Amino acid sequence: MTETLEITPQLVGIILCGALAIIGGIGLITLRKAVHAALSLAFVMVNLAVIYALFDAALLAAAQVIVYTGAILMLFLFVIMLVGVDRTESHREPIRGLKPTAIVAGIGLCALIILGVGSALTATPVGLESANATWGGNVESLAVLIFQSYVFPFEYISALMIIAPVGAMVLAHGARLRPKRTQADRAAERIAAYAKSGAHPGPLPNAAVTALHDSIATPALLPDGSISAASVAEAMVERDAVVNTQWVAARTAERFAELNGEVEPAVVTPEPLELIDTDEERGALK
Amino acid sequence: MNPTLLAVVTLAAVLFCIGLVGVLIRRNALIIFMCVELMLNAANLLFVAFAWAHGGLDGQVAAFFVMVVAAAEVVVGLSIIVAVYRARRTTSVDVPDALRL
Amino acid sequence: MEIGTLTFDATGLYQYSWLLIAIPALSALLLLTFGPLFDRKAHWLGVFASCASCGYALALFYAMLRTGAAERAVDVPVAEWISAGSWTVSFGLQIDQLSILFALLITTVGSIIHIYSVGYMADDPRRRRFFAYLNLFIAAMLLLVLADSYLTLFVGWEGVGLASYLLIGFWQHKPSAAAAAKKAFVMNRIGDLGLTMAMFSMFAWCGSVSFADVFAKVDGIDPGWVTAIGFFLLLAACGKSAQVPLQAWLLDAMEGPTPVSALIHAATMVTAGVYLIVRSNAIYALAPVASVAVVIVALVTIFVGAWIGCSKDDIKKVLAGSTMSQIGYMMLAAGLGALIGPVAYAFAIFHLLTHGCFKANMFLGAGSVMHATDGDVDMRHFGALRKALPVTFLTFACGYLAIIGIPPLAGYFSKDHIVEAAFEYHLGVGLAALIGAGLTAFYMTRLLVMTFFGKARWVEGVHPHESPKIMTIPLILLALASIGAGVALNAWIIDWMAPISAVAGETHAVSWMPTPIGIATLATVALGVLAAIWLFGRCEVPSTPPQTKNPLVIVGRRDVFGDVINDTLVVKPVMALSTAADVVDQSGLDRMWNGLGKGTLALSQLTRKVQTGRVRSYALVTVLGALLVGVLLLIGQLG
Repeated sequence: MTETLEITPQLVGIILCGALAIIGGIGLITLRKAVHAALSLAFVMVNLAVIYALFDAALLAAAQVIVYTGAILMLFLFVIMLVGVDRTESHREPIRGLKPTAIVAGIGLCALIILGVGSALTATPVGLESANATWGGNVESLAVLIFQSYVFPFEYISALMIIAPVGAMVLAHGARLRPKRTQADRAAERIAAYAKSGAHPGPLPNAAVTALHDSIATPALLPDGSISAASVAEAMVERDAVVNTQWVAARTAERFAELNGEVEPAVVTPEPLELIDTDEERGALK
Repeated sequence: MNPTLLAVVTLAAVLFCIGLVGVLIRRNALIIFMCVELMLNAANLLFVAFAWAHGGLDGQVAAFFVMVVAAAEVVVGLSIIVAVYRARRTTSVDVPDALRL
Repeated sequence: MEIGTLTFDATGLYQYSWLLIAIPALSALLLLTFGPLFDRKAHWLGVFASCASCGYALALFYAMLRTGAAERAVDVPVAEWISAGSWTVSFGLQIDQLSILFALLITTVGSIIHIYSVGYMADDPRRRRFFAYLNLFIAAMLLLVLADSYLTLFVGWEGVGLASYLLIGFWQHKPSAAAAAKKAFVMNRIGDLGLTMAMFSMFAWCGSVSFADVFAKVDGIDPGWVTAIGFFLLLAACGKSAQVPLQAWLLDAMEGPTPVSALIHAATMVTAGVYLIVRSNAIYALAPVASVAVVIVALVTIFVGAWIGCSKDDIKKVLAGSTMSQIGYMMLAAGLGALIGPVAYAFAIFHLLTHGCFKANMFLGAGSVMHATDGDVDMRHFGALRKALPVTFLTFACGYLAIIGIPPLAGYFSKDHIVEAAFEYHLGVGLAALIGAGLTAFYMTRLLVMTFFGKARWVEGVHPHESPKIMTIPLILLALASIGAGVALNAWIIDWMAPISAVAGETHAVSWMPTPIGIATLATVALGVLAAIWLFGRCEVPSTPPQTKNPLVIVGRRDVFGDVINDTLVVKPVMALSTAADVVDQSGLDRMWNGLGKGTLALSQLTRKVQTGRVRSYALVTVLGALLVGVLLLIGQLG
């Protein structure tokens, strides 16, 4: 067989994009992190879209990018985020001898396909110019085909598209593992805790309402003037952001005394809030 | 033998087998699923290529249908993975070995 | 039909005669299923069912009395039973002179015993179940005697076997009772084998097992086969009626409650064999060899039964031996039916009826004695009970006088006829029957003397007392029957049984006055009585059986080696065979199959490793398989 090897732009494009796609595919199966694998699959998809375009399949090229890369792979990424983006596989293969056997089987199957399919390649390609031109273009011709010859498969597939999301919803809808706790249950629990350990059954006290400094960082004062530890979130205490309400109350009393004329009004110099930030002070909150 | 077709068949076979090997050697269900998608794409590639070779658009229609079915399959498959993850806190296919006695 | 000025239509009465069977059967079912709902009153349902059946039988009998002799036998088709192509077996009842007599005996004696049992079983927590089984027995026994074919008869035959099994083993917590029930069941199976083989033979020759067809076609059967059928039926009769060689179960059957012994193992079920032979008279008429065999079996049984009766100390076993012996007389008459003339069949039935009355009477009396002595059955612990139990003693004495044949009580007439018939056939047979009568007198007198006379040898703490009225009234009723049945039936029964017992155009007169043979019999009886009084009445009876070297006594105490013979001839060989089979099974077959199992297991251990439960290795194997298939296809294409 002395056929001359004709180098067409199509062939060049295919070889180029094909090589890139293979690199992406290898990335898909070797990269540890699922996000990386997904991105390399996206890379394969885009390359394949280019090859589709080279084969005069404009609609499919667009669909490949929009549906596969844009929708399906994004769905993958969502799920990766959902089930733990930071999970990587360990290197240790638990099944002995699986990896080499799988690779050998893969190469063997690859050779088999190339041999099997390749031996069937005898005719000269026809090209799609005439087929695409029948109804004015690739999209129009495909539309005619889909809505005339293949209208029933198309309808079946639309039914499938309805059923699949319903199935997905059913599957993803988590079953409740334990019965829902109602308000009555919670009330009963609180009373039980009160009976057992003396825990306060009512709501926690509010933060303090003061004239000068009204925020959740300001703990309430108890009737005896001490600070109520329960009125401020623990996180605030940890961050040393809790305002010393006793100090605030003292400042407020000074202002009231000035307003009532008991004391000469003084020029108030703004001073920083006194916070509860020493270990000793924190002890008062415990 | 047309070099373009030979190249594309080789490409499809290689991609298909990469996907296959990935299915076999990876343990993360999500990646396995992506590998299956790669195998589907390899098949699609052949559909498109042979549509071009035969001068008819039926191959493209088939590829189109494969794409749509793959989309539906992904929706269901991913929700299965999520459900398994919820129940077992893992996406590894080696851990849910309930098949084993 | 018109008799005098009275018109009487009995069609309806006949048509619903299946009710006779259905009522007790339904009652048994109710008692067994819904009984717990009315546990405390349940026994009255059983009594009612039996009495209702009895009333129906009486009405039917009355209807037959008013009917012309030719129209008395009626076949009542009930349902089609088995249908296979052109061949059908119908389920029907035959109401005739023979079966109505049986039905009357079963239902009247049955009802009396039901009433007696209300008192006898009063303290038993499972009384309801007992009455259910009794009702089941009544139903099955009525089915047996009313059947119009051997197949239907066989259903009843098995039914009474079942009821007998259940009732012998009623106190199943006693191992001896359980074993006795099993023994009775197994030995009865041998008899059943005879009946089924007889049925097979009849079916092969006549294409039917209904009485009408078989008796009509019996002439056409090969004479050898008729004899064979006769022997098969004899085997069946031996099993059910405890005749030698299948007699051993009856003595053990006394483990059952005494009313059961009275009803089933004295009055009714054990006489089913006699019924079978009398019913099959058309076959025996053509099989003289089989008839002779019946006579021989009967004679042997008369002596074996009497022998056991003479040597046992257990009151119920003495009565059981006596039952065997008396059924021997019936069988003798039934066998003679074909040899000297069918009138002997009537004698057999006559003796069967009177025996049913006086033996039930004596068994219930024995039950009353047991009731009085806390369930003791050893006669050596009795003595002088006539003062303590006056009613029991008097009624028992009636039965006693009846069985030994003192005129004009029942046994005198019925047994005398049989002895005469025996002499008519052969002098030796006659003499044997005569001596049997003497032996009967001997052992019954021994029983009477040891139980009711002499000095009290009661076990310490036993205070004999008369039984309640519910038990004594049945005793009195049966005692009256023991006295009067002979006189009432003597002449009448021959006419009544005419279709079976009369040769056309011939009448057989029975005597009312003692014939020379009758006088000889009486003399023998008197001799037996005197001998027993001389042996047991004069001196003190020891409380424990004395050691003896007398072989007769030793053999008798061991049931004439009934069990020993069974053991050596059947049980031990079967045991040895089973042991051998077991050894072969264990060492040969088991090892082979176990080895096979172990091999499979080892193989599985190897292959189970393939089942890793890991999806990916399965997937790999799938891929390898696909690869293999692809390569093979490719190679195939190349080739």
